[in-house]
Amino acid sequence: MAKDKPTTTLQVETFADHHVITQPNPLRKVLRRVAEKDLDDPVARAEKALAGLSGEFKNWMGIEADRLTAAHAAILKGGFTDFTREELFRAAHDIKGDAATFGYPSAGAAAESLCRIIEHAPDLDEVPSELIAHHINAIQAIVRERTRLDTASMASELSRKLRGVADEYLLHVNRNRPEHLEAILAPSIVPGE
Amino acid sequence: MFRIDFNKLRFLLCDDNPHMRRILRTLLHSFGAREVYESEDGATALEMYSHYVPDIVITDWSMPIFDGLELAQMIRQPESKGNPYAPIIMLTGHSEKRRVTVARDAGVTEFLAKPISAKGLYQRILNVVANPRPFIKTKTYFGPDRRRNISNTYIGPERRVGGEAEVLQQPSLLDKARTTL
Repeated sequence: MAKDKPTTTLQVETFADHHVITQPNPLRKVLRRVAEKDLDDPVARAEKALAGLSGEFKNWMGIEADRLTAAHAAILKGGFTDFTREELFRAAHDIKGDAATFGYPSAGAAAESLCRIIEHAPDLDEVPSELIAHHINAIQAIVRERTRLDTASMASELSRKLRGVADEYLLHVNRNRPEHLEAILAPSIVPGE
Repeated sequence: MFRIDFNKLRFLLCDDNPHMRRILRTLLHSFGAREVYESEDGATALEMYSHYVPDIVITDWSMPIFDGLELAQMIRQPESKGNPYAPIIMLTGHSEKRRVTVARDAGVTEFLAKPISAKGLYQRILNVVANPRPFIKTKTYFGPDRRRNISNTYIGPERRVGGEAEVLQQPSLLDKARTTL
């Protein structure tokens, strides 16, 4: 598509304080109509391909969890700086986004709780060190103990309780910061499907 | 029912996490895409954007130094020599309203919340291919129309001033960008 020589023109409608710019859809040529009974299902094909990668997920999740632990260790050694805070946040944020895909949704939930602490605590040096450490340890435990039969519900319960404790702390320390309270209490508005 | 010929599309992926890039690449290839370019930071992605002129950009938000939000802002420069109109799909672990509003105002076309799914990614791509929105240019914004619901009775903040439109035909900036390559 990108190699084609397009011959499109823009239509610009000019109003008092804005322009509306419309161009013929440059990607229209890649759409083709197929019969309703068409058996080719690209989504199913992609899900199958993703399942083919699943043998690597445990290793990937271990790497992500170790990166989080390393970021936490740097903070225990040298305290919070802009750099160490960012490293911890990014490691937790990646787990929040990746863990469910890798088959560790409870680790993702615990990582999300940790992200909320880092984002909304007024002073990270004042956050009880156990609160952060419990999140790191929980994520490590969920990742390492996943093969045990009884750990799925335990992992879910662990991340749920961590989130409860973290939210209680955040609501308390942000009681006079309405913009943070609003963000803490607001539901997600991004559609996932 | 419509299908997309993915083998005719050129994608640019930008994510600093190698695992997520691998997943995205796997999904796009299994959809049928052949041309998938990857970068691990926004600055490299911007260079690749100018060089390869992708049809669709898929970017993470959180990246060191030059993030996905800045990448979207740099692409959406109406006076630039490159193509400012390419659809931008933002993958985000950020799902708070404030964050989403900021990204929308940077000109992002579609959002896809992590954890990623094949269905979610396919639907976003189908949407930008089949249902492109017009672009709006104001003093403070250039990007896809942020109003997905057409309502002539809207009287809230940032109401656009209407009136009689003056319609001009102009060469596409996308064409300009491609003819300079």
